[in-house]
Amino acid sequence: MPTLTINGQEITVDANTTVLQAAEELGIEIPRFCYHDRLSIAGNCRMCLVEMEKAPKPIASCAMPVGEGMVIRTNSPVAEKARKGAMEFLLINHPLDCPICDQGGECDLQDQAVAYGRNDSRFDEIKRAVKDKYLGPLIATTMTRCITCTRCVRFATEIAGVEELGATFRGEETEIGTYIEEALTSELSGNLVDVCPVGALTNQAYAFAARPWELNKTESIDVHDAVGCNIRIDCRGAEVLRVLPRLHEDVNEEWLSDRSRYAVDGLGLQRLDQPYVRVNGKLQPASWETAFAAIKARLDGLGEDAGGKIAAIAGDMADVEAMLALKELFIALGSTDIDCRQDGAKIGGKHRGGYLFNTSIAGIEDADALLLVGCNPRLEATLVNARIRKRWLAGGFPVAVIGGVGGPGADLTYKYDYLGAGPATLAEVVDGSHAFAKILADAERPMIIVGSGAVARDDGAAVLELARNVAEKTNMISPDWNGFNVLHRAASRVGGLDIGFLPGDGGRDVAGIVDAAGKGEIDLVWLLGADEIDMAGLGDAFVVYQGHHGDAGAHRADVILPGAAYTEKDATWVNTEGRVQLGRRAAYPPGDAREDWTILRAFSAIMEQPLPYDNLQQLRHHMVEVVPSMGLIDEVGPGEMGAFGVAGDVDGAAFESPIDDYYLANAICRASAVMADCSRLYSGTGTNSGSTGGATGTDG
Amino acid sequence: MKRVPAPADQQPDSFAFTAENLEVAKRHIAKYPPRRQASAVMPLLDLAQRQHENWLPRAAMDAVAEMLEMPRIRVYEVATFYTMYNLAPVGQHFVQICTTTPCWLRGSDDVVSACKSKLGIEMGDTTADGKFTVIEVECLGACVNAPMMQINDDYYEDLTAASTIAVLEALAKGETPKVGPQSGRHTTEPAGGPTTLREFMGDG
Repeated sequence: MPTLTINGQEITVDANTTVLQAAEELGIEIPRFCYHDRLSIAGNCRMCLVEMEKAPKPIASCAMPVGEGMVIRTNSPVAEKARKGAMEFLLINHPLDCPICDQGGECDLQDQAVAYGRNDSRFDEIKRAVKDKYLGPLIATTMTRCITCTRCVRFATEIAGVEELGATFRGEETEIGTYIEEALTSELSGNLVDVCPVGALTNQAYAFAARPWELNKTESIDVHDAVGCNIRIDCRGAEVLRVLPRLHEDVNEEWLSDRSRYAVDGLGLQRLDQPYVRVNGKLQPASWETAFAAIKARLDGLGEDAGGKIAAIAGDMADVEAMLALKELFIALGSTDIDCRQDGAKIGGKHRGGYLFNTSIAGIEDADALLLVGCNPRLEATLVNARIRKRWLAGGFPVAVIGGVGGPGADLTYKYDYLGAGPATLAEVVDGSHAFAKILADAERPMIIVGSGAVARDDGAAVLELARNVAEKTNMISPDWNGFNVLHRAASRVGGLDIGFLPGDGGRDVAGIVDAAGKGEIDLVWLLGADEIDMAGLGDAFVVYQGHHGDAGAHRADVILPGAAYTEKDATWVNTEGRVQLGRRAAYPPGDAREDWTILRAFSAIMEQPLPYDNLQQLRHHMVEVVPSMGLIDEVGPGEMGAFGVAGDVDGAAFESPIDDYYLANAICRASAVMADCSRLYSGTGTNSGSTGGATGTDG
Repeated sequence: MKRVPAPADQQPDSFAFTAENLEVAKRHIAKYPPRRQASAVMPLLDLAQRQHENWLPRAAMDAVAEMLEMPRIRVYEVATFYTMYNLAPVGQHFVQICTTTPCWLRGSDDVVSACKSKLGIEMGDTTADGKFTVIEVECLGACVNAPMMQINDDYYEDLTAASTIAVLEALAKGETPKVGPQSGRHTTEPAGGPTTLREFMGDG
């Protein structure tokens, strides 16, 4: 524990701290471009030079380990002069195009040039110009602005795990790029825009849209997957212009996956902004009263036994408040046929530990062996995958995969053993006949992650039982460690399971509802943003679609009730860990659309079964009463384990990856032009190369 | 001078080491410990360049990357960083004239203009028949025999305009000119003949 003096203040820090980090602990800020606390140290921008006593020249504080008795001055004339020199060199080749640069107003170089830049230039020679690079449809490049800090190269290599970016050529001709002009194949590529300290890499979808000071910034929660990334929604008026990640060390650190960041243009397209009622086979715009009256008429027509003929399904982005209101409405109407598991996963019930990511996302870093069963975390929960990669990079972390990734060659950004494709291999791990069972048993903190590819099938309950047996037999569960994890894909799922949005006694699940509707046994199906079910299978049932996008559900619907998207409501979501998080409204829903729980509250009054809450506070209060864990904001409530799963036969079919197309996973993505481009490029028939300046469909 | 990679239409679709070179490549790889095979990237790129008419197409870099199990971009970084890897086709005789201070003081301007006038091309160009490419390079470490030029693997030193032209003419005819000093002196001995240790030469 060396003690050093920085600007006259003494501090004792860990031996492997750098001078810059020690200064930060004292609250002394040292300017930097290439240093980033989550990336390896490069030491090439020279902006962090400080004066060290007894050293002949200034030192790069980001790369200098602390030493006993060091005397550092960060604001002495020597340090200031050194930084001014570094800044002058950086600005030699940097264009003076701040007025037309998208980074303007939030640019590290711009800010620091104010502090350390000269007000004139002594450079009379010709400035370097660099051809722009193609990095895919998400990132706009202006490489002449690049100061070759290599943060992007290090991010791609270390965090994203795609070694596709590099610094080619040398000296003044150094260029950052892929060299071969192909799109990056990472679901984390949008973060390159965040790590770039200048305007070389900017958000293509947000190009020339706004200046940062024009935007209203709202801190909220992402719902494109079940990770529950913390985000900041930047709006101008009612329009969401961009989404940025917000720091949460236990969830997304400071990263965000591309779908969450770039699908926001979909929030302005294909929106349901007024109620519709199907008249003579054609959807006609209607008032709320007409729409409600149409539903009431249908319900009233069902007679005495209406409760048995109606069903409700909650979609993948539904918030807890709306699901609770819908559940209570349907219970009041006498129905037991409600389900929030669109994918048909055989999970849920009283043992909360049986459907949570119990280890927690940050907990992955403490694990020492991992078995993935029927899941592809790279596509299903990109930031969980990033955390697994982070742990894997630290070493001593054997990873094995059983199915779900599409085959032994799939790239998860870390090495793994592909044990097999289906339940048979999992059974071998349970009975200990597989070699990996010993690795798990010998590990101190082993973990298993079960994906929806494993449990969203007919024998899902039996597979869940097998997975639990793996956990129990390899000592994954102890008082201070729980290595049993279910990885969800839908932001609504854990919340739905927590409040019991599940079939009641004798009730039908999603497959049962669709089947019964097809046979005419169920006459009315209420879809709360549910678009990923078999619409054709609903037969002649009367379909009420409550949601925000004109997707599969709305096309099938007989009545459309326009709801609010995740950026337009104050609502609660529970992530795959069981972490309760609050999303906040950044903009109002378009047109006549309303927050979802208010629609249900209003309809309950029409049905003369008024729900017992008139405002959000009352609803939340009620919600916490019913499910106490909902009151633990940003906490993971208890996840008790138990004998979940059902012993039974498993069939031999391989675990399939449930993700067909990462970029088109939900209604917002399917409405987004940017996501359509990505899908064509990465998942479809598009060619993986192009020229800069290629249209993204978001221009203008 | 900025090196520009060959455009796509000049890039071959594939590259494979010959059986003979594959053996050489394996010997290079065997010099490094297991899982450190990426260290062999530079000799392998050189080998590929020698096999492929003295330039390195992208397919060759990709082949080396695959052979060494390293990401392609890491090979591109190496190949573009070092100027001795040619990224675009060059002439059969790749003439590199040193113009750094010692050679310049000793008359490298004459060598340059002799090359230009003899071959009828500018620095950086290739003759129409594809036989010669001439470029200007920084110090090649033969200052004691300045001025000098390197053609493929050979140094031609103590040049004058006349001897430069003689070397080029010989190469153009398919002959093999004498490598080393063109002035008649032996290797790096003093220009006026030996001044010390003469007794060992037998003349007293």
